[in-house]
Amino acid sequence: MSAPAPSVFSELAQQYIHRLGLAPGVPNLDAYSRTLIDLASKDPRIVVVTSDSRGSGKLTPFGEKFPDRHIEVGIAEQNLVGIAAGLAAVGKKPFATSPSSFLTARAVEQIKNDVCYSDVPVVLVGISAGVSYGALGSTHHSLHDIALLRAISNITIIVPADNVETEKAVRAAAQAEHPVFLRFGKAPMYTLHSENVDFKPGRAIRIRDGNDIAFIATGEVVVHCLLAAAYLEEYGVKARVVSMHTIKPLDIDEILAAGKSCRAVITVEEHSVHGGLGEAVAAVLLQAGICVPYYIVGIPDEETVTGSQADIFRHYGLTMESLAEKALLLLGESVGILSHQVGSK
Amino acid sequence: MTRMTDLELELKSVRYRRAILKYIRHANAGHTGGSLSCVDILNVLYNRILRISPDTVSDPNRDRYVQSKGHSVEALYVVLADRGFFPESELETLCRYKSRLIGHPTRKVPGIEMNTGALGHGLSISVGMALAGKMDKASYRVFTLLGDGELAEGSNWEAAMAASHYKLDNLIAIVDKNRLQITGPTSVVMNIDPLANKFNAFGWKVREVDGHSITDLTRVLSMPPEPGVPTVVIAHTVKGKGLSFMEGDPKWHHGVPNDEQYQQAMQELEHQEREILAKMAMLEKNRLNA
Repeated sequence: MSAPAPSVFSELAQQYIHRLGLAPGVPNLDAYSRTLIDLASKDPRIVVVTSDSRGSGKLTPFGEKFPDRHIEVGIAEQNLVGIAAGLAAVGKKPFATSPSSFLTARAVEQIKNDVCYSDVPVVLVGISAGVSYGALGSTHHSLHDIALLRAISNITIIVPADNVETEKAVRAAAQAEHPVFLRFGKAPMYTLHSENVDFKPGRAIRIRDGNDIAFIATGEVVVHCLLAAAYLEEYGVKARVVSMHTIKPLDIDEILAAGKSCRAVITVEEHSVHGGLGEAVAAVLLQAGICVPYYIVGIPDEETVTGSQADIFRHYGLTMESLAEKALLLLGESVGILSHQVGSK
Repeated sequence: MTRMTDLELELKSVRYRRAILKYIRHANAGHTGGSLSCVDILNVLYNRILRISPDTVSDPNRDRYVQSKGHSVEALYVVLADRGFFPESELETLCRYKSRLIGHPTRKVPGIEMNTGALGHGLSISVGMALAGKMDKASYRVFTLLGDGELAEGSNWEAAMAASHYKLDNLIAIVDKNRLQITGPTSVVMNIDPLANKFNAFGWKVREVDGHSITDLTRVLSMPPEPGVPTVVIAHTVKGKGLSFMEGDPKWHHGVPNDEQYQQAMQELEHQEREILAKMAMLEKNRLNA
């Protein structure tokens, strides 16, 4: 029997999950699949295109329910995106679903030209994104996808943080008249929002208020920021947590508000520190003349360490404890109060 | 519209060639050789085969045409303008500041379905369009024009596999096989032959045609498909066709004629035009005498 996968959350972090009353949800991919089946039963334009990725995309139930609306292209990402563009050009609403690493790198020219430049309403769904594949290594990690797509004109980039954001993002994408990229990981998510949270692409959600430091984060690492904020509060530090679910277009007002109200800003993403959320937010602040202590937490520019997603998160500081420590360092506070609890990293 | 005779279309081809050279020279840019090799194919497609007109550019049941070899856009613009999709005078703006007539096809231009130009994209897009047509039991057909040089792009073969897998008999790919690319002969740069065997092996119906014969192109492009099988028409063409000093010379891939070359080209085309007009006059005379 294989050893149980190590949790992304330490025992201490799990105590904070309990204190905050965060309910466990399902992987965002399951929420995607469920929502898409619901939408497809009402909207005949919706089709799914996969590249031998129906299982990992949790789309087997979709194919069973709508066999004529599930197009399999085999292991051929360029063809996946080109076909999706052709389908969209004649009135279909394709959700082209494939591991984000291959979808965005192998087919980047099809994304750029056939989808974005031609402006057809394809939804590109990057699955098992970031370091979801863990020990499978760098071939399978997608730490470049946001950077690549940010440089391409005419695409909305959404990275949901929980099942609620996922469902609302999928519904918004199904209505969109222009290209959309959705990015999902594999791990089960805690629920951060109530069902009636106001979700709009391009408008960030402030999950927690505070004026000492702002965590601006995207996707599946938002929860760690929320836990870090709760942890910091015990030491008198009020941290703001912003779920920047849409990377493009960015919510500039929310970024400026954080830069103006808070003494420091930390961005957090499961992506390379180059070209992702951190650099995007920094550009907004600097061009507005706002200069605050600032730190980009992500995967550094090196060959990613071997290990599970949890190992990799711990190694690079994408954890409650590490984020809290970064916040205090940035604020110039003593880290002594944490030293007995914070790991060596 | 009364059906034009083959000679009338041949006359159109000469006039298209004249316009291609005129506007490439005006823009001081363009893909001359490839436009001249595919213009007879476009002539037959837009004047005889495609069920599309300026009045039906938004009709969901229109035939779709995707020009995968997007660099030969000058030929496409000239034919679309002649068919009334946009005013001919607009050709003066080719490649000019803020013109919608960009150096590769875009959907901003009426009659153009997709933005192409990077090679190896058109066939996958066309497979998507044809698949949707099958799903909807629609009557439209999808035509795409590929260059032979671009067949070195692997994405074409991903799409070729999918087209036969999904039995897309509503898809017709045409290869403008002019045997030259920017560096030199395709057989030297990266040999794609035997091309018919390759498409056969991928499950396609292969038809071969003289890509400059209006009669031949019409005959082959009018053939019904084999049920459940995509069709590829390998059109044997000459790069730079119609101009003696351009034919078969890879430097005309994107060469722009100078004053002297342009004068010579116009003289050669005028000679071709006179020959066709003479044939037409003779036929008319015979008809009246009969």
